[in-house]
This record gives sequence, C-alpha cells and structure tokens, in this order.
Amino acid sequence: MIYKETGQYKSSYKSDHAIFPLLQDKIAFITLMFIAFLIIPFVINSYWEKAILVPFLIFSLAAIGLNILTGYCGQVSLGTGGFMAVGAFSTYKIMTYFPDMNIMIIILISGLITAAVGIIFGLPSLRIKGFYLAVATLASQFFLVWLFNKVPWFYNYSDTGQITVSERTMFGIPVTGAEAPSYATYLFCLVLVVLLSFAAKNLIRSKMGRSWMAIRDMDIAAEIIGVPPLKTKLSAFAISSFYIGVAGALYFAVFLGAIEVTESFDIMTISFPVLFMIIIGGLGSMLGSFLGAAFVVTLPIGLKFLMVDMVGLSAVTAKHFEITIWGLLMIVFLIVEPHGLARLWSIAKEKLRRWPFPY
Amino acid sequence: MSVELLNFIETVLNGLMSGVMYSLVALGFVLIFKASGVFNFAQGVFALFAALTLVGYQTGQVPFAHLINELFGTNYHNWYASMPNFLAILLTMVTMIALAWIIERLVLKHLVNQDPIILFMATIGLAFALEGVGDLMWGSDVKVLDVGIPSGGSIWLEEATIGLATEGSDYYGMYVDVLNIWATVIAVILVVSLALFSQYTKTGRALRAVADDHQAALSVGISLRSIWILVWAISGFIAMVAGIMWGTESGVQFSLSLIALKALPVLILGGFTSIPGAIIGGLLIGVGEKLAEIYIGGYFETGALENWFAYVMALVFLLFRPQGLFGDKIIERV
Repeated sequence: MIYKETGQYKSSYKSDHAIFPLLQDKIAFITLMFIAFLIIPFVINSYWEKAILVPFLIFSLAAIGLNILTGYCGQVSLGTGGFMAVGAFSTYKIMTYFPDMNIMIIILISGLITAAVGIIFGLPSLRIKGFYLAVATLASQFFLVWLFNKVPWFYNYSDTGQITVSERTMFGIPVTGAEAPSYATYLFCLVLVVLLSFAAKNLIRSKMGRSWMAIRDMDIAAEIIGVPPLKTKLSAFAISSFYIGVAGALYFAVFLGAIEVTESFDIMTISFPVLFMIIIGGLGSMLGSFLGAAFVVTLPIGLKFLMVDMVGLSAVTAKHFEITIWGLLMIVFLIVEPHGLARLWSIAKEKLRRWPFPY
Repeated sequence: MSVELLNFIETVLNGLMSGVMYSLVALGFVLIFKASGVFNFAQGVFALFAALTLVGYQTGQVPFAHLINELFGTNYHNWYASMPNFLAILLTMVTMIALAWIIERLVLKHLVNQDPIILFMATIGLAFALEGVGDLMWGSDVKVLDVGIPSGGSIWLEEATIGLATEGSDYYGMYVDVLNIWATVIAVILVVSLALFSQYTKTGRALRAVADDHQAALSVGISLRSIWILVWAISGFIAMVAGIMWGTESGVQFSLSLIALKALPVLILGGFTSIPGAIIGGLLIGVGEKLAEIYIGGYFETGALENWFAYVMALVFLLFRPQGLFGDKIIERV
C-alpha cells in the first residue's frame, strides 16, 4: 500500500523519462533534500561533520565514479587511490599557482586533469580484460603514489613531503583550511555531490550510458551492433576518473586539510574500501553507491563504539577485532546478497507495494 | 673479467634469487586459480598467518593472549619456552590444512557459481579477516623468525669470485645472501615435488582434471570439494614456505602480507593459469627489477623504482601478449 503504483499514469514521454517516475520516490527525494539542505546545516557539529557526513559525501562521489567504470562499463579497477591522489595533488598545485582562483573551479579542473590521467591508464583496457586489467590498474595505483611521493615538485619541495591546504572561501565563508565552519564544508560537499550525481544519473540514461552497459554485457556483441569500444571504454575511464578526481580533491582540500600520499591514498585505505562500497551497495546502481558509502563509513565508528566504549577493549585489540569483523562482514555480505544493498532495497520496495496484504 | 661484467653477473644472480621468492608466492595464486577459478588475494596474508603461527608455536605463545588478558584481567603469555623447529613446522602445516578446510566450508561452498569479481572480493574479505585473526591470536609486534636457515653473505662465493676480476682492480667479490640460495634450493624441491605429485599420483591427476574442466571432472566422480580443500591446503603450505623465507629475511610483521602485491605482476607476466609461467615470470621480474634499480634507477634521483617497475614491465608485456607468457590462449566465442 505504501509503494502503490496504480493510478499514476504517464501521458507524455517527458513524464515517462522522469528521473523519479513514482510519486513516492519524488516525495522521499524532496524530503531528503529538504533535510540535507535546510535542517542538517543548522544542527551539524564538528564530530558529525568530520566523522560521518563529509567522508560519506566524498566517498559517495568516489563510489559513483568507480561504479561508472566497474558497475556500468564492466572494467574492474583497483587504482582508485591513485586517481584520488591525482585529484588531490592537482588541487594543491593549482592552489599554489593561482591563489585567486575560486575553489569550486579549482576542484572541477582537478577532476578534468584526473580524467586525462584516467584516459592514459585506461588505454590497456582496449587490449586486456578481466583480472589482467584489474592488476594493470594496480600499476596506476603504485606508479601514481610513487610519483607524488618521490618527485618533490608535486609537494612544492616541503621537507615532510606533506601537502597542506590553504584557506579558500565561497561567498566570503571559508570552506577549506582549519577555520572552516562545519556547515560550510558540509554544504560545499553536498552541493557538489548533488550536482554531480544528477549529472551521472543522466549520463547513465543517455546514449553514452547505454553504450557502457552494452560493452559491459558483451563487448563483442556491442562492437558488432556499432558501439565503438575505444570511445566507449575510454569515455568510461575519463568520466569515472573525473568523479574520483573530484572526490580526491575534496578529500584533501575539505576533509583532511593535510595529507601524506603514501598513507592517505594507500590501496588498503582507499582502493579496496571504495571497491567494497560499490559491491556492498550494488554494482551498477546509483543508490547503491550511496548506500555502500554510508555503510562503509559508519561501520568502523559503530564497531569502535561497541568494542572500546561498551566492552572496554584496548584500542589496539579493538582495531584488530575491527579488521576481523570487517573481513567477515565482507564475506557474509557477498554470500547472503551478492547484488548488494540496492537489491535489498528493491526487494523491500516490492514488499511495500503489497503491504499489509499478503497478495 | 672486468669489474662491470662481474657486477652485472652479481646483479642478475641476486635478481634471479629474489625472483624465486616472487615465484613462490605466485605459485600459490596459480594453483588456486587453476583449480577453483578463484583469484586468491589472501595468498599474501596466508604467508603472514603461517609465519605468525610458526613463531607462535615456536615460542609457545598462548593464542588470543591479549584478548583474554584484557577481558578477564588475567596474565597469560607463554605455555612453554620453546618447541623444536620440526614439530613447529609440522603443527603449522596442520593449522594451514585446517584453515583450508574452514575456508572451503564457510566461504567457497556458498559462493560456487558467482561472478569471478565476487569471489575476488570475498578473498579480499578473507585477507582482512585472516590478518585480524592473526593479530588477535599472536599479537601485532614484529617477531623474529629463525628456523635454522643460515643467512648473511656467502663468504665462500665472495672469496671464489675475487680471483675472477682482472688483476689490480678493486673488486671485493660477489655478495649473495645464503638465505636466498637456500630459498632457491627449497623452491626447486617444492616445484619438482609438485610436478611429480600432479603427474604421477591419482590425486594429482584428479587435480589436473578439475583444473581442466570442473563439470567433466565432477561427472567422472571426482569430488570437487575435497580437491578444493586439497588445493587450498597446498597453497597454504606454499604460503608457509614463502612466509618462512620472507619472515627470516625481514621479520614477521604486517608488511609480509604485501608480498601478494609483489606477486601480481609475476602472475600477469606468466599467465594466471601456468605453473611454469609463475616461475619464469618471477625470475624475469626479479632480474628486471634489480637491473632497473641499478641501471635505470640512477637517472631518477629519487630511486625506489621497485614499487612499480614490475607492474609497468608486466603491463608493457601484456600489450603484446594479453594472456601472459604461458597463459591459455584467450578465445572469445559469441
């Protein structure tokens, strides 16, 4: 009864192609946006910002990026950390060379630079597939991290090898640097995430998105019906890298403020968790990217609360426990629902359609 | 012989020996991939876990001591002072076999017929879980592993090679770690016995049958599950050997599990499905890395090419042979 579709007629192509064809979805979305834009900024505090909301938004963006490549175009990538590092370091370099440029533009340009790098590292995908490609993308991860770690030009010859963000403002309010208020960083990320996810959603519904999916489902057949593999695969790499680059730029500029490349963009801290997000959320699903990011960001916090505060284990033991539970959860999740949280949601929707009646 | 030539030979020799170490890890990957189609990312953590367990048995640590002490306020640390190496290795082997059984029972059995990417993610989960369990059981401090394999430079080789240099040159002889020589010998024994096992025993033939075709193997009455347990146990055993070698060289610590990442380029170079490929790929990568470090590394003032050189080498190679050196030819049917 809650999710009733009957009675919602579509009388034009426009309404048939709407992003949220169902009234319930539209209401839910508007409510969510209302809460996100008009309520949370007034109640947010530093803990919620730093621990949950901002990382959630940033990782959602990265997950959308990877989902475009892996979920929609079928090219497995393990190089997410490397591409996020490209985004972060281009932001840093642009910031130092153009002190007056608007931060929003800087971040978008960093995304474009990452897209260019993504195209270069996407070239092998034309020749190799599957796990060979996954391992090949690992090469980009190691190479890029090595590059940013070892070539001093990238971190402006600083002694520590760290890069630190300087303060930038939007409409007179600082959004980066230590002085930025919680609501400003949150809103800044939120605006970018909302805009970019709408763009992604529409891209996926466009000709380009359909050709990605054709390549994913069967590349030879796609080629025969006239989908150019070169253009399609490289465009997926470019757009995916753009999203990941923007996420990396935000991760550095807005979230962390100061980073050291080998720690912050390690394969274990970025690449695998993001891959896990899209698998646990659902491959090839926008909603899944968000659900997966939310799950991965909140789970360690919940586990830590449970073990350190409730049971009273020491931090080190709790950390080991966290890794163990983390791994076990991954396995359990893959066994129970390999199609991810998005599938669970669609099952729930199916149930809600009839509820409370059995048929 | 000129000093340059001798240095070159020394580099190649050392490269070959570190390549053997890579091959050892890659071998575990290939075995599992062939038999169950699983790309086992946890292979490196297997090595770590085996090495941790071995040290734990040797020094008689109480498993989960930290956890028990914290929960109940007790103070357990060691059961006994030491255990003979032989017994400890044997017990570790038993543990690895038990681990293989548990993995088959709890993970693989439920994931039959899933996408390869899902299985791959599951092994990443396995890697995390196993690493956590290893740390919980034995503690995360860096441990010294000593099973009686000698290490350090080989004096004999050093003295033997001094004479080879041209008269009057400042040559000190070749430096080759004895540990690496041992590793090479052990790896050769391991590979030969594996080859004999799979060639001449009934179980070995069943193993090859499963690798060729799961369904055909099933239909002639081979138990897929027992073969999988066997294969994972063998990989566990290889991981233990690799863990002992790497652990003796650089201590047993978390970074040991990262050797899996070292083995990946070896795999794509040699092909996922070929045992000779894993060995030759490992040797090529080992030599290539050492040569690059010495002859190209000088041009980058930054050095430390090791992290990615192997990957780029494998990548360039892949552009010409997408299935690796000895991999099965990729045939696509529509």
